[in-house]
Amino acid sequence: MFFYQSKNSARVPGILCTLLFAACSNGYANVEEIAAISSTADHSKFEILQKQFATGPDVTKACLSCHTEASTQLHKTKHWNWTFTNPDTGQEVGKKSIINNYCLAINKNYARCTSCHIGYGWKDKNFNFTSQENVDCLVCHDSTDTYKKFPTAAGHPNYKDKAFPKGSKKIWKAPDLSLIAQSVGKSRRENCGACHFYGGGGDGVKHGDLDSSMTNPDKQLDVHMGVDGLNFTCSECHTSDGHDVKGSRYNITAKDTHGIDIPGRDDNSRASCESCHGMTPHPETINNKINDHTDKVACVTCHIPTYARGGVATKMWWDWSTAGKKDSDGKLIKKKNKNGQLTYHTKKGSFEWGENLLPEYDWLSGNIRYKQLNEKIDPNRVVALNTFSGSYDDPDARIWPFKIMRGKQPYDKGNNTLTLLHLFGKEKTAYWKSYNWNNAIKAAMDEAQANYSGEYGFIETTLHWPLAHMVAPKEQSLSCGECHSKEGRLANLTDFYLPGRDNNKWLDIIGWLAVLGTLGGVSLHGVIRFFFSRKKIAKKRSNQ
Amino acid sequence: MSRVIMYNGFERFWHWSLSVLILILLVTGFNIHGTYQIFTFEQAVDIHIICSWLLMGLLVFVIFWHMTTGEWKQYIPSSTNKLIAMMKYYAIDIFMGGGHPHHKTRQSKLNPMQRLAYLFLHVAITPVVWISGLLYLYYPYWDSFGLAGLSLGTIAMIHTAAAFAVIAFLIVHLYLALTTSKEPLGYLKAMIHGYENE
Repeated sequence: MFFYQSKNSARVPGILCTLLFAACSNGYANVEEIAAISSTADHSKFEILQKQFATGPDVTKACLSCHTEASTQLHKTKHWNWTFTNPDTGQEVGKKSIINNYCLAINKNYARCTSCHIGYGWKDKNFNFTSQENVDCLVCHDSTDTYKKFPTAAGHPNYKDKAFPKGSKKIWKAPDLSLIAQSVGKSRRENCGACHFYGGGGDGVKHGDLDSSMTNPDKQLDVHMGVDGLNFTCSECHTSDGHDVKGSRYNITAKDTHGIDIPGRDDNSRASCESCHGMTPHPETINNKINDHTDKVACVTCHIPTYARGGVATKMWWDWSTAGKKDSDGKLIKKKNKNGQLTYHTKKGSFEWGENLLPEYDWLSGNIRYKQLNEKIDPNRVVALNTFSGSYDDPDARIWPFKIMRGKQPYDKGNNTLTLLHLFGKEKTAYWKSYNWNNAIKAAMDEAQANYSGEYGFIETTLHWPLAHMVAPKEQSLSCGECHSKEGRLANLTDFYLPGRDNNKWLDIIGWLAVLGTLGGVSLHGVIRFFFSRKKIAKKRSNQ
Repeated sequence: MSRVIMYNGFERFWHWSLSVLILILLVTGFNIHGTYQIFTFEQAVDIHIICSWLLMGLLVFVIFWHMTTGEWKQYIPSSTNKLIAMMKYYAIDIFMGGGHPHHKTRQSKLNPMQRLAYLFLHVAITPVVWISGLLYLYYPYWDSFGLAGLSLGTIAMIHTAAAFAVIAFLIVHLYLALTTSKEPLGYLKAMIHGYENE
């Protein structure tokens, strides 16, 4: 550490001292920072970066002068296009088209949603997806933790100090683009987490297994990423090739029978447990049952005992139908529970949160489909926004753990279809401006060129999130009895025989009756023998 | 009447090893079945698997012993008349104090009903226990054995049914072995020190 400090602090004193101080002060050897320093390129020495940059795209232009193919590589990715054709189903998925039960969809809400797009300026549907300079290099490669995309600026950082929320005292400082550009490095947990930990509009809201506690987790929270253990970055498993990052839940590999991946021979994707651990990861003992489970049970089912357990709650319920209420003065209502979690907001409706949650379990083999805008729904039932294949009899399926996000959201009562919702923006139709459901739905539906009957209702929906992070140390993995018991975790998966949980009622009744009958029979036999022998003895005595 | 070694050392060794293993297997088996929770599921499975392998190992020696010593002939069923006499003894004479129709010797240790009962245990119950048990243990490999059509529920049911049969057998066995000898607990003692009057 001292070596690096003395040698490098002369070059970029500001950043490195900060970094090293941070690394030393939390007591961990901060591998990423050392790795960044050990790169063969010191970006602070590049003349093209030694100037003031007015905007993000200006930085990108400078990056492209050396990394000539970076933008065209990124143009092919989900991170850029927010759309993805699932090869299994042929369905178009991705943030551009799917509907969730948080803020529903991006249509008409671009400038807010795209604060998590790896580009600059996606403020409406006319965004130019072929622009090279609008790729944001810094959000993934900043190593100073000072680069932040402004929440409402369509992916741009703020170029002047600015308050957010508007009118509040929370000032977002304009980042020093020159300093940031001169200190870029490999993507760290902070970079990925800037979006993936805050999806759905806040810390931990969306996934349940990804939140800010995963920035510097201990190994109890995540055995791979724990800074006191293996200290993996996201990209240790989510490997990338030409900027295309592996491991997407849109076409999740429910069972990776490919086994351990060897560089040079295999698919260069380590985004499954089996990529490193194989299909028989447990030490073989006389009881080899745990290895026998890998055909039907995903690793994460036993190795993620609970989720949202890093101290950050995840949202479990979002009811839009209660939104829009104001107090007697016409002001917005905000309610919090005793944990300080928002339970009601006029703009968004009612919420429920959870921490240390037991996952829900289901069979998963693939064929993950998202409910499309033009698909009919049954308003008398809870609508599953995503569905997937899998059952006990499906050889490709395994039992997976899920967070199931539930909520109520608007739907088109006339057409029995889902709807979009215009929430954000200056226009009158935005729900957060005028609180008019019809106008807000219509504006978003018009933008997507979707048919809206003009009549809306609210419908309960579910959204399944497969869990794959917050893998606990092996000591904390589930004991057998968690599932192999009468009221265990798999009580709802009834399409197969589970030892310890299931039995044939009639066999048990007949079996125990047979046992009792035998006991009764020998007892009776014994009692009669005893009775007769007493009589014999009495007779003998009387004869004497 | 002479005092002879009715049960030699190996015979007594396998009898008692077998009895301990069967008891442990029954206790852990019904634990796995979900009848009660004396052990955790994992402990019960560990013990059950270890004891089942010990039992299978023991049985290899026991079968070898039976075959090489000719002891297997003890299980050959006797004539129907003798069997009827034996049944009549257990049903009537035993109460009245009538004589036992079978004279136990080193060469003919088992009475006609015992012959049938043990034969049934060896050729019916035990194979069902072992075949269903091994299938249960190796259920992930059914495909590679060409047994993909089997259902785990059915196999588990058969295994459990056999376990009930073993319990019923054990109850009758204990009743007769512990209470019907001439001197109190005579059979039990014979199975411990080996000596019995012929």
